[in-house]
Amino acid sequence: MGLLSDPVRRRALARLVLRLNAPLCVLSYLAGIAWFLALAFPPLTQRTYMSENAMGSTMVEEQFAGGDRARAFARDFAAHRRKSGALPVAWLERTMRSVGLEVYTQSFSRKLPFPDETHERYMVSGTNVYGILRAPRAASTESLVLTVPCGSDSTNSQAVGLLLALAAHFRGQIYWAKDIIFLVTEYDLLGTEAWLEAYHDVNVTGMQSSPLQGRAGAIQAAVALELSSDMVTSLDVAVEGLNGQLPNLDLLNLFQTFCQKGGLLCTLQGKLQPQDWTSLDGPLQGLQMLLLMVLRQASGRPHGSHGLFLRYRVEALTLRGINSFRQYKYDLVAVGKALEGMFRKLNHLLERLHQSFFLYLLPALSRFVSIGLYMPAAGFLLLVLGLKALELWMQLHEAGVGLEEPRGSPGPSAQGVGLASLVAPLLISQAMGLALYVLPVLGQHVAAQHFPVAEAEAVVLTLLAIYAAGLALPHNTHRVVSTQAPDRGWMALKLVALIYLALQLGCIALTNFSLGFLLAATMVPTAALAKPHGSRTLYAALLVLTSPAATLFGSLFLWRELQEAPLSLAEGWQLFLAALAQGVLEHHTYGALLFPLLSLGLYPCWLLFWNVLFWK
Amino acid sequence: MAAAMPLALFVLQLLGPGGWCLAEPQRDSLREELVITPLPSGDVAATFQFRTRWDSELQREGVSHYRLFPKALGQLISKYSLRELHLSFTQGFWRTRYWGPPFLQAPSGAELWVWFQDTVTNVDKSWKELSNVLSGIFCASLNFIDSTNTVTPTASFKPLGLANDTDHYFLRYAVLPREVVCTENLTPWKKLLPCSSKAGLSVLLKADRLFHTSYHSQAVHIRPVCRNARCTSISWELRQTLSVVFDAFITGQGKKDWSLFRMFSRTLTEPCPLASESRVYVDITNYNQDNETLEVNPPPTTTYQDVILGTRKTYAIYDLLDTATINNSRNLNIQLKWKRPAENGYIHYQPAQDRLQPHLLEMLIQLPANSVTKVSIQFERALLKWTEYTPDPNHGFYVSPSVLSALVPSMVAAKPVDWEESPLFNSLFPVSDGSNYFVRLYTEPLLVNLPTPDFSMPYNVICLTCTVVAVCYGSFYNLLTRTFHIEEPRTGGLAKRLANLIRRIRGVPLL
Repeated sequence: MGLLSDPVRRRALARLVLRLNAPLCVLSYLAGIAWFLALAFPPLTQRTYMSENAMGSTMVEEQFAGGDRARAFARDFAAHRRKSGALPVAWLERTMRSVGLEVYTQSFSRKLPFPDETHERYMVSGTNVYGILRAPRAASTESLVLTVPCGSDSTNSQAVGLLLALAAHFRGQIYWAKDIIFLVTEYDLLGTEAWLEAYHDVNVTGMQSSPLQGRAGAIQAAVALELSSDMVTSLDVAVEGLNGQLPNLDLLNLFQTFCQKGGLLCTLQGKLQPQDWTSLDGPLQGLQMLLLMVLRQASGRPHGSHGLFLRYRVEALTLRGINSFRQYKYDLVAVGKALEGMFRKLNHLLERLHQSFFLYLLPALSRFVSIGLYMPAAGFLLLVLGLKALELWMQLHEAGVGLEEPRGSPGPSAQGVGLASLVAPLLISQAMGLALYVLPVLGQHVAAQHFPVAEAEAVVLTLLAIYAAGLALPHNTHRVVSTQAPDRGWMALKLVALIYLALQLGCIALTNFSLGFLLAATMVPTAALAKPHGSRTLYAALLVLTSPAATLFGSLFLWRELQEAPLSLAEGWQLFLAALAQGVLEHHTYGALLFPLLSLGLYPCWLLFWNVLFWK
Repeated sequence: MAAAMPLALFVLQLLGPGGWCLAEPQRDSLREELVITPLPSGDVAATFQFRTRWDSELQREGVSHYRLFPKALGQLISKYSLRELHLSFTQGFWRTRYWGPPFLQAPSGAELWVWFQDTVTNVDKSWKELSNVLSGIFCASLNFIDSTNTVTPTASFKPLGLANDTDHYFLRYAVLPREVVCTENLTPWKKLLPCSSKAGLSVLLKADRLFHTSYHSQAVHIRPVCRNARCTSISWELRQTLSVVFDAFITGQGKKDWSLFRMFSRTLTEPCPLASESRVYVDITNYNQDNETLEVNPPPTTTYQDVILGTRKTYAIYDLLDTATINNSRNLNIQLKWKRPAENGYIHYQPAQDRLQPHLLEMLIQLPANSVTKVSIQFERALLKWTEYTPDPNHGFYVSPSVLSALVPSMVAAKPVDWEESPLFNSLFPVSDGSNYFVRLYTEPLLVNLPTPDFSMPYNVICLTCTVVAVCYGSFYNLLTRTFHIEEPRTGGLAKRLANLIRRIRGVPLL
C-alpha cells in the first residue's frame, strides 16, 4: 500500500495503467477465455472421488429381482391412466397400500400467470400420491425420497412401475434406518413444487394445496426417476437444478459407482464420457460437455424434478432412462439394482451429504473442476471492467484538476454537475427494466384484447417490444440531461455503468458461475469499448449483438450445435420465443431468478452503455 | 273520652295511607325487564320494557289520584278520549340482515298513531291538539303533524289492545322521518317511569351511552287490556320501550366481549322498589357460528326457553328481586364473553436462556371435534460456538418431541371400579370418574439443520479472514481518509529559522 500512498510512485503507476490500458484489457480478456477453455484439460480437471466415509467403504449386495413385477405395475398403471385420463389416484393408493406403505394424497391447484403453450396448461389442479415406508426402530426424523413426476402425456409409466416394485422390495427388508417416501406427482414439476412447499410448510409461489397428513422428518436425499420404456440402453443423469444449484458431488459419485458396478452405460448431458484423457481427443470432448453443462446451468431451469429439491437443501438428481438404437440393452432389473444400491448406501448416511463439493463443473461423469480452479476465468474477465473503470476514473480526475496539479481533490461543484447528469439515465434505464419485469404479465389481457394474439404470445411480444423500446431511450434522455462538460458526462456515466456491471457479474458468478461467465464473456468487450466517438453504427451493432437477449439467442444456437442438432434461423427464432415465455413462467411458478435478474439488473445496465454510445 | 277521640283520630291519620294500602289490593303494578341479545354481527342489542298496568277505567271515573301511572298521560287519555296511543322515536335503522328480526319495530324518525274512542266527534281536531300536547310532553317536533302528513290506514294498523269495533275513521297515523332523537326526548320519557332513573333497570339509561350506539329507538304504547281472564272490565297498560344496539367496533374496541358496565357504564345495584317484577334476560342461544360459545358471568340462576320469532331461544334470567342476585357483590355486572374453543385455556411460555435452559411452551387447548389444530413456532437458525458442535454437526440437532396430554370423553360410561382391584394395565393413570380417560401422545422428534461451518479448514479460514481484514481494510481505510500533500523538503534547522526571524525584523528578504 506504500505504493499507492507515495504520490510519485502513484503517478508512475497511474501512467502505466493509462498507457497500457488497452493491451492489458485485451490480455486479461484473452486470459479469461483461455483459462475457461483450459478447464477441460487434465491439470485443471481432477478425477472424482467419494468423500463421504459412510458411503465409500461399505459393501452393498443388491437383491432386487422384481423386473416382471415392475413391468406388470407399469402396464396396469398405463391402462388405468389411459382410462381415467389423469393420474389414477385411487389405483395408486390401493397399490401402494397393498405393498405395505402408509399412503397419503395431496391435492393442489395453480393458475399460471399466462397459458403455458409448451406444456399446454393454464389452470392446473392435480393430486400427488405418496407412500411412506416407515423404517423400523426409527423415529421418522430422516427420510429419503424416490419420486416419479408424471406429466400430462402417458410417459413415465415404467418409472411408476419400477417405483412400486422397488417399494414392494424395500418393504420386505429390515435394514432401513431412514423412512423412504415414494412420491408420484401429477403435472410433473408443478406437483413436485406443491408437495415440497407443503412438506416444508412454506408458500413461495402462490400454489394452493392441501396440507400434508404424513411426514417423515428431514429429507436427506432424493432421486427422481424418468423411464418410458421396458428396456433402456443407457441412463442419463441430470444435476443442474433451479437457479443453477447443484447437488453435492458425492451423490453423483454414488450414482457413478453403481453404474460401474452394474456395468450400466451412464451418460451426462446425453453424451458418453471420453475415455482417453492423455491425447487431445478426450479433453476436446470434455470441453464440449463442459460447455453443455455451462449452458444448462446458466439457464437456471430445473432440469428435472430434482431441481426443486435443491432449494430446500435436499441433495437430489434425476435419472433418465434412454432407449436409443444401441445393440446392448438393460432391463428394469438393472436400473432397479442401481437404485437399490444407491438407496441402501444413502441409508447409511450419518450426516447429510456435505463432505464433497457443492460448486463444480463436469467435463465428464468421472471428472470435475472445482470452484477454486474455475473462478479465475471469471476473475480475468471482470478485471477488464476494473481496468477500464480505473482508466476512466483517472481521466476524470485529471480533467477536473488539470495535469499540472495532481494534488488536491476535484472541486465539489464540478463533481456535483457530473453526478446530477447521471441521475436521469440511471433512473430511466432502471424504470425500463422495471417495466420489462412487470408489464408483460400485467398487460397480457390488454394486449390480447387489442391485438389478434394469444396471451402467451402477447407476453413474449410485449417483452420484445419493451426491450426494443429501450433502445430509443438515448434520444429521449439527452434532452433531459444538460451538462457543461459533455465529455465528462459520458465518462462519468460509463464509469458508473462499468462498476455496476462488474458488481452484478461478480455476484452472479459467485452463485451461478456459468451464468456469470457467459454474460461476462459476451458483455465485457463491448462494455469496455462503448464510447460516443468513432464508428457509432459498428459499436451499436456490436452492442446489440452482445445484449442479454442476443446472448440468449446465441446460446440456443450453441446449445443445439453442441448437441449435434443444428438449428435453422426460423427454428431458432421459434425456440427463442418459447424460451422467453418459459423463462417468465418459471419465474412465476418455481421462483427461477433468471428473468428478474436480466430484466431488473443486466438490461438496465446494458441500456446505460447504449446511452454512453449515443451521448451528445 | 273527649281526650281519647283526638288521640284515636291522630292514630287513624297516622295509619291512614298504610292502612288503605293494606286494605285494598294494589290497583296498579310495574314490571320491568331488559333483554340483552348478542347479535350475529358481534354487536349487542339491549331492549328495555317497562310495563305499568292500572286497573281503573280512566274515561268513566274522574280519576285524580295517580300512583305509578304517569299523570300526564292519564289526563291525556281522559281528555282526548284515546283508546290507543303508539309513539316512537327512532334514530338509525334496524339492519335485519345482520342483526336478525327485531322485537320492536319502528321507522326511523318519529311515528305516532292513535285510535280514538268512538265518542269523539271531531277526530281531526283532537288529533291536532293531541299531537301538540305530545310535542310538549316529549320535547319533540310532533306539532308539525298536520293534514299533509296524516293518513288513515284501513288495513295495516289494527288496534293492538282490546277493541269492540275497528272503524278506521277513528285512526290517525303520521310519521316525521326527519325527527332527530336526542337527550331532550329521552329525559321526559325517563320521567314517566315510576322509579325515574334512580333505581332498578332504569339506572342503566345514561344518555351519553345510549346515544353512543348504532341504533336507538324509544317508544310509548298505551292500550286497554283485559283486567281478568273473563274480560269483564278493562285495565290500562302503558309500555315504555327502548332498544339500542351497541356497536362492537366503536363501543367495544372491536372486541365481542361485553358487560353491562361496558355498555351502559353502570351496573345494577338494586331493583326498583315499586316494581313487582324486575328481570334481566340474556340470550344465550348457541348460534354455533365459528364454533364459538357464549359464556355469561355471573352464572344465571334460571333459564327460559321458548320459540321467539320463529327460532328456539334460550335466555338466562337474572331476577333483581331475588336477593341472591345482587346481594353477593352489591352490584350486578353481567358479562358476556365469546369463547372460541381453540383459543381458551392456558399458555405458559418459559423462554430459553442461552446454554442454560430450553424453551418451554405449554398450552391448554380445548379442541373442537373433527378439526385440525396446527401449532407452529417460528425459530431462527443461529451459529453455535465452535466448540459446541457435535462431532457430526451435519446430521442436524434434535428437538425433543412434543407432548400431548388429554382427557378424552369416553364413548361408554365405565362403572367406577375399585382402583386396587382393577387390572394393572388399567390403573397407572388415576381416573377421577368413568366418563373420560387419560391419553398422552408424543410427536416424533424433529431434526433441525443449523448453519454449520466447514470444520475441515478452520485454521485456513481464520488466517485468511484475519489477513484480508488487517491488510486490505486497514490500508484502504487509511488511503481513503487521508489526504496527501507534497511538502518541500526543509533544509536547515533551528539556526536557519533564527536567521530568518532576524532577517524579517530587519526587513531583509528571507533565506
